[in-house]
Order: sequence, then C-alpha cells, then structure tokens
Amino acid sequence: MARSSQQPERLNSHSLLRQGYRIVKIGIQINEGPYQHQAADSAYQFAKAALGKGHEIFRVFFYHDGVNNATRLAVPPQDDRNITQQWTELQKEHNLDLVVCIAAAQRRGLMDEDEAKRQGKDANNIAEGFRISGLGQLIEAGIECDRLVTFGA
Amino acid sequence: MAKKFMYMNTKAPYGSIYALESLEVVLIGAAFEQDVSLAFIGDGVYQLTKDQSTDGIGMKNFSPTYSALGDYDVNKIYVEKESLEERGLSLDDLQHLTWEDEDEDWAEKDSIRLVSRAELADVIDDQDVVLSF
Repeated sequence: MARSSQQPERLNSHSLLRQGYRIVKIGIQINEGPYQHQAADSAYQFAKAALGKGHEIFRVFFYHDGVNNATRLAVPPQDDRNITQQWTELQKEHNLDLVVCIAAAQRRGLMDEDEAKRQGKDANNIAEGFRISGLGQLIEAGIECDRLVTFGA
Repeated sequence: MAKKFMYMNTKAPYGSIYALESLEVVLIGAAFEQDVSLAFIGDGVYQLTKDQSTDGIGMKNFSPTYSALGDYDVNKIYVEKESLEERGLSLDDLQHLTWEDEDEDWAEKDSIRLVSRAELADVIDDQDVVLSF
C-alpha cells in the first residue's frame, strides 16, 4: 500500500486490484483457441479471480480462434485441464454470459443446433453454457463495462 | 454518452485473419454511434497499402472495404509515422481515405492522420476502450 501511494491517482483508478471495495463491471474478450495459446487459460483464471473478489463479469466474448474454446467435442488428455468444461462449470456457478461470435464461429465450424439446421449441417458442437451471437455483443460489452479486458492477439 | 473506442491494428493483412476480423468488428461497431478511431501500427500499416492484389494467394482482397469506412462515420484513422518509415513506406503508398463532413456542406476530408509514436500514445491514453487486433 505504501507503494501505491506513490503512484499517480490515475494509475490507481485504473488498477482493478486496488479497487478492493468497489465492484467493477468487467467484459472479457478471448481471441485465441484452447491449449495452443495461454490466453484461454489466463482469461479463465482472471474471470475466476475477479468473481472471487466479488466483481461482476458482464460478458465473456469469444472471437477469432477463441471461438474454439466453445466446442464440446474436444477430448484433452485426462491428466490435463478441460478448458471448455471449466467455462461450462463457471457459467453454471455464476450464470455467466458466454458469447461466441457467429461470424468467427461460422468460418471455423462452430455451431449450435439452430445454426446447424439453418446451414444444413449434420451436427452441432457448442458446449453447454455458451451461446452464439453477433459482434454487437462485444461492442455492447465495451459500452456497458467499466473495463474490457482482452486476452490474446 | 458515447465512449471513445479505438481499434488498434497491428498485423499485416493476409498472414493471419486478425486484420479482416478487426474490420468486421469496426463495421458492426459503427452502428453503435460511439466515438470511433482506428490506429495502424507495426505491420498493421500494410493493411492500408494501395493496389493490393491477392490473385496469387487465393484469398479475398478486402482492402477496398477501408475506403467505405468514411460512409460509416469512421473518419479518424491514425497511422504511425515511425511504423511506415521502418518499412520504407510513406503516405503515398497508402490508399487515399476520405470522408464527407456534413457540417461543412459535405466537404471531402482526409481520414488518415499521420502521427508520431509519441502522439499516438497520447491518443491511446485518451480512449475509453482499446481493442487490439
């Protein structure tokens, strides 16, 4: 705390961790796929820590290869973490809004039941707790949140 | 009240999908009537080069879309001077992007603002939301 008093006021107001007693509304953007890149893990750890401190996660938005975090068909080795399942469980516990970008998802073969029907595909692969929606959801998170925190890219 | 949104473009246009998917966010975001700026730094400056041709790589040339940004009220496009110079480029190598100012009888104005690294840092500092691609 002694150190923080030497920081300019503005820096203090920008630091989530120093806000201790104020609930911060946070948006999270995840830009990289699971396992290939630490961004997906870091985002999960960050979300869990922020919720643990009593902050609000307004939305988690999956973009670019980040949409691949939402596939329920991944089978990581049993002695490793299952990133998608971690999100599904966190979603259940905190009623998180996990949004997968539809434009990015379509390119990469991620789809829910409705989208599979609409596109005439024979399968869907979105895990429980995620929903597919548009990029407007990311912009809305930027508008509504105190902080939009980006992981990856 | 509108927030200041900056889209920071840092990567070359076709080596990865970031440039294209950044542009998609910008176009959707334009409908939300926020105060929007774009910045191009590092290899991101290649996104704005003129006369792009993707014939040899089998990918869609999305560079004409940048010239439509003015119609979406996206008219603050910051290009970092040092990034251009480091790549042997100048403003002449970039598309001439313009917008029409309805407050001045639709006068055509340049959208690109050539700024130094230090100046851009101040612009970034002034933003509410910075999305980096």
